[in-house]
Amino acid sequence: MATEMVQEYIVRTRDLTKQYQLGDQTVYALRDVKLDIRRGEYISIMGPSGSGKSTLFNMIGGLDKPTSGTVFIDEVDMAQLDAFELAWLRCRKIGYIFQTFNLIPVMTALENVTLPMIFAGMSSDEMLEKGVKLLETVGLGERLHHKPAQLSGGQQQRVAIARSLANDPAIVLADEPTGNLDLRTGKEIIELLRRLNKEQGVTIISATHDLKMIDVSDRVIWIRDGRIERIENREDIELRLGEVEGEEE
Amino acid sequence: MASEAGQPPSKGGIQRQIKLPLRQAFKISLRNITIRLGRAAITASGTFLSIAFLMVVCTQAVAMGAMAIAQNPEQARPPAEWTVKTVLFPIIRALSLNPDEIMRARSAWLVVMSLLVCTVGITNSMLMSVTERFREIGTMKCLGALDRFIVNLLLIESGLMGLLGSLAGSVLGMGVMVVWYRLQIGTRLFAHFDWLTLFACLIFSVVIGTLLSIVAAILPAIRAAKLPPAAALRTEI
Repeated sequence: MATEMVQEYIVRTRDLTKQYQLGDQTVYALRDVKLDIRRGEYISIMGPSGSGKSTLFNMIGGLDKPTSGTVFIDEVDMAQLDAFELAWLRCRKIGYIFQTFNLIPVMTALENVTLPMIFAGMSSDEMLEKGVKLLETVGLGERLHHKPAQLSGGQQQRVAIARSLANDPAIVLADEPTGNLDLRTGKEIIELLRRLNKEQGVTIISATHDLKMIDVSDRVIWIRDGRIERIENREDIELRLGEVEGEEE
Repeated sequence: MASEAGQPPSKGGIQRQIKLPLRQAFKISLRNITIRLGRAAITASGTFLSIAFLMVVCTQAVAMGAMAIAQNPEQARPPAEWTVKTVLFPIIRALSLNPDEIMRARSAWLVVMSLLVCTVGITNSMLMSVTERFREIGTMKCLGALDRFIVNLLLIESGLMGLLGSLAGSVLGMGVMVVWYRLQIGTRLFAHFDWLTLFACLIFSVVIGTLLSIVAAILPAIRAAKLPPAAALRTEI
């Protein structure tokens, strides 16, 4: 994969449009979105609910097809991929984190983390070793064999983060990762994501309306009514996070 | 997954190799059954009952044949020959032992109906169980599962339930009838029993129960696998 070195942008979108037909009305969830995300960046996509950020998340993650426009992952046009290549991409290149955690309820924490490794064709021994290591990284080394129902929301999200890193993806996509968590747990999750971003160099793209995210993001993309309103670097954002949170840690 | 192996890596390092070894698929399917044991038991009980009924009919026909031989060996009906047809469908041979013409026809008809009803029942409960798991299935697709993995998992799951249900049903159906004849008529009946045909029926009914369970799950499995991941994740149950 020598080509990877020269590619600065891990994700690029051009004229990305998604429209839905509601009765005789055409609703634009996204309209001509142009976005460049560099390798190793921590990006937050901010916007009120219904602004199109989840739609953008789905498009970048290859979970839904755009009406028009293109998404490039590592300079590869996603529309050109067949089902096998798309599955490979979802398995190896992109890790997903969801608001509702989406762990497989019948599997233990360790089995949830190793599931993507099964698809990647890893051997059982390797899989177990790596799964344990990942769960230790997210601070759940003691709860390998717990089922999701036996874990708190924050712990479930940690398992989901470990799972998203199973096959060393280049990108981790997070859709409202703190949406179902209380303030403190949300903050811990954000810090964990930031740490992984720093230590492992994984690009993190997070759709959120959690203002705590701004503090750790390299860039914040504000989206409204399906359009990019503005893109800000962290230094430029004037926001007193302490006030927003209303509590000290 | 040999078909896509050996494909050259295409498009900027993106490859096509994604796998789900059969052993792992069995493990996951078995897990899905044991975790939802109550639902699995209800789904499997459909197969259980109709396969038990199938074996009751077979045993009854064999017993009628044995009774006819016991009463009047000269006038007993000769059974159907062992041909490809009767080896594949030993129930034909079992029913042919029954000297009662009307009962033969009626039994065959009832057996077919009960198997049909059972198949529709399995399809229905698999559809429900799949709908319940849309989000789980969407998640698996996000983790890199191919449509065919989802189909395989669900077919294996249904097949395993069918296998267990029909094993239990056939043994119980036959057992109950054998015990009943033993109590009603006594051991002398068993001297003329065509055990070979009966055991062929036993194997046949387990196979047909499993196959029907798999066939019944095809439609729900494809429905689940075809769902785009984004839509599957959106569903709220």
